[in-house]
Amino acid sequence: MANDAQARREPADVLHFAGLTLRQWRWLWLALGLATAAALPWTVSNFTVFQFTQVLVYAIAILGLNLLTGFNGQFSLGHSAFYAIGAYTAAILMFHLKVPYFWTLPLAGVICLFAGFLFGLPALRLEGLYLALATFALAVATPQLLKYKAVEHWTGGVQGLTLKKPSPPFDLPLSKDQWLYYFTLLVGLLLFWCAWNLVHSRTGRAIQAIRDNPIAARTMGINTAMYKSWTFGVSAFYTGVAGALGAIIIQFVAPDSFTFFLAVLFLVGSVVGGIVSIPGAIFGGIFVTFIPNISEELATQIPGVAEEAAKGLTWTVYGLFLILIIYVAPAGLAGLLRMLLPRFVRR
Amino acid sequence: MDLFIQQVLAGLANGAIYAGVALAVVMIYQAIDHFNFAQGEMAMFSTYIAWAMLNGGLPYWLAFVATVVVSFLGGLALERIVFKPIQNAPALSHVIVFIGLLAIFNSMAGFIWEFTIKPFPSPFPSAPLFGNTLIGTHQVGMIGVTLIMLALIWVFFRYTDTGLAMRAAAANPDSARLVGVRVGWMLALGWGLAAAIGAVAGMLIAPVVFLEPNMMAGILLYGFAGAIVGGANSPAGAVLGGFLVGVIENLLGTFVPWIGNELKLSVALVLIIVVLVVRPSGLMGQRVVSRV
Amino acid sequence: MAALLEVAGLEAFYGQTQALHGIAFALEEGSLTTILGANGAGKTTTLRAICGMVRVRGEVRLLGERIDGRATEDVVRRGIAHVPEGRGTFVRLQVEENLRLGALTRRDRARIAEDFERVYHYFPRLKERRHQQAGTLSGGEQQMLAVARALMMRPRLMLLDEPSFGLAPLLTQELFGILARIKQDEKVSMLLVEQNAALALGLADHAYLLETGRVVMSGLAADIREDENVRKSYLGY
Repeated sequence: MANDAQARREPADVLHFAGLTLRQWRWLWLALGLATAAALPWTVSNFTVFQFTQVLVYAIAILGLNLLTGFNGQFSLGHSAFYAIGAYTAAILMFHLKVPYFWTLPLAGVICLFAGFLFGLPALRLEGLYLALATFALAVATPQLLKYKAVEHWTGGVQGLTLKKPSPPFDLPLSKDQWLYYFTLLVGLLLFWCAWNLVHSRTGRAIQAIRDNPIAARTMGINTAMYKSWTFGVSAFYTGVAGALGAIIIQFVAPDSFTFFLAVLFLVGSVVGGIVSIPGAIFGGIFVTFIPNISEELATQIPGVAEEAAKGLTWTVYGLFLILIIYVAPAGLAGLLRMLLPRFVRR
Repeated sequence: MDLFIQQVLAGLANGAIYAGVALAVVMIYQAIDHFNFAQGEMAMFSTYIAWAMLNGGLPYWLAFVATVVVSFLGGLALERIVFKPIQNAPALSHVIVFIGLLAIFNSMAGFIWEFTIKPFPSPFPSAPLFGNTLIGTHQVGMIGVTLIMLALIWVFFRYTDTGLAMRAAAANPDSARLVGVRVGWMLALGWGLAAAIGAVAGMLIAPVVFLEPNMMAGILLYGFAGAIVGGANSPAGAVLGGFLVGVIENLLGTFVPWIGNELKLSVALVLIIVVLVVRPSGLMGQRVVSRV
Repeated sequence: MAALLEVAGLEAFYGQTQALHGIAFALEEGSLTTILGANGAGKTTTLRAICGMVRVRGEVRLLGERIDGRATEDVVRRGIAHVPEGRGTFVRLQVEENLRLGALTRRDRARIAEDFERVYHYFPRLKERRHQQAGTLSGGEQQMLAVARALMMRPRLMLLDEPSFGLAPLLTQELFGILARIKQDEKVSMLLVEQNAALALGLADHAYLLETGRVVMSGLAADIREDENVRKSYLGY
């Protein structure tokens, strides 16, 4: 029996740092992270709480992109489209059909799952670069599609739809912002847990085998077409749920919030956090949410730079980070940690 | 019938814009085997440089030539500085760097020249050509310039040693080195030419759509559509594809009521996907067999 | 007088794997030298190492000048034409464009036209197909095109990597006949790598035998042909 346990010990159980195994460290970090996340709304202003809710929403969307690009090797420059579908599904359900906000999430997710699957079908025949091109086209066309006259009654056209901010249930002693934060946190935890299990399952290994060597995967009997299409679907599911959450927390959807630059934003978050990483999506969410503030702050320090112009510089900063990361740390922040960690651990 | 002809002509006029951009897209694709997603923003940035020169009092054609030269050198430098270090990186890295450049050019243009919409002059007289109003003089001029560029590129690739070396470097870099081709510089040259063509396209487009940092987003999509429809490795195909996309877009917009003006970008989206799935080599492209 | 090509202590690496373990040989101007050996002995690697296509240690000298560590295109521009394994055809270009590429780095424009005729004289079939896409040629024709392209460079030294590979015996005979004529008519030195030892030894002046990245025998081709072991292992009689 003892031998069995010995044989099954993974590196995470063997490697030590300051007296704890890596697995123990992982749990410690998770507990610390959760405690911080739970305590956060009580220590900062309502606006900052809103910003952290935004971080979580972006993190979920970026996680969707990571599953597709990082783990399955399919490019997408068009995830803003799925985010938009999720957001509009939630908005239309709440605005026109008076559906409670929490019910809109599964619906938005499922609609995006099928939208993603359907887009993934023709995309199957498109290798790397061509898929990037097709999804680029999708992202650029999305705002125009959302403004389409025939569906204006439902979508609100250029004006978009304005929603009501949900109140906390059961008379919980929380502000609306605090409640939305906790609600998003719960949904996020559930989705991250599912993603973790998916990646570490048999299916997840098949998905990654397809990325690493599609032909070998096929000869091993993996139905690559089905896996790729469904990965596209699942990825869109995540991003769609994030879109629905985004609509709920901002209480507003309009076509021009879903331009190609939103897709670029997801890409930035994904690359900065680490494309082949699950926790990396959280770094990514934090990065894309707070960089605009920081870069504006810095730019306005330069003499002669107007506030309006400083806002424009945010994208330069994003762009520089994208290029920089490809140069110095192609695996993103998560990869950097993974690379540095072994220097400090011992068996 | 009159309406039909009018819309075909208007489509050709728009098509000239797309053809110019498609040509630049294909130039890069031939040189480096990638679609440059920053191509539109590079053209936009070049056009701003031209605008700044015109504003500084330079005569039009001098500013035009200077912009083309500056853009050529800029494209060259971009390859040597930004892309040379990652030449062996996977395709995804390249796409990410393209997107990074796109974001930088877009926001730098806004930062330097502000986001307000600016008029840009046309080099062609404003009087209608042949006294008709079906198609403007600027549009005819644009078609002419696009065709001249195509002819120049064709001659360059077909008859000059440098053009031949570029084709060789793109098709088979290892073999090209064995006949003494400096492959790295051929890539840089491809970037330079693409940037120069983009600059010409940008300066001809700006009088129609006005100058602003986001002027190229939709147009680049049409440019891609033109390149894909024509065949991503055929300059002539790209020009033909560009004109075709312009005409298709206009005819669908006019005669299919539910498409109208509003879904024109989606037409490009559908065109790209359908052509890629049904006939990836486009109308005039050569089929490329990928080896395992 | 320095030899045309001198190689000393040459080691070559693919990543961590070492493929050549310090080989040395020399090649006289105007001579044809062959490198023999089994699969994986390092024959192709030797040619690639001379052209700067793999990471190397050691010395490679062309007319006394160090060329190791230089970029492939610079080595080539010094007068070394490499007919690579797999022929390196530019399949989408026309036959004539392939030949034009051979002459790309030359400055003596006037003599290029003359050389087209010279090359077509050796390979009349290429002249018939000069406007065809090179990818449509047969394997043997592509091999001829590769040799012709190398000739268009007017090289001092030609490196030939298994020109007989994948050719029918009759075509191989024809090709080696042409190589013999080129050797006689042109003042070009050749370094020939071959699996077909009998053919190679018939053509060569000198020969080196490689085994697992080391030179195990060298000498006049005529002497090597008489060697008992070589006869048994490589010539099969």
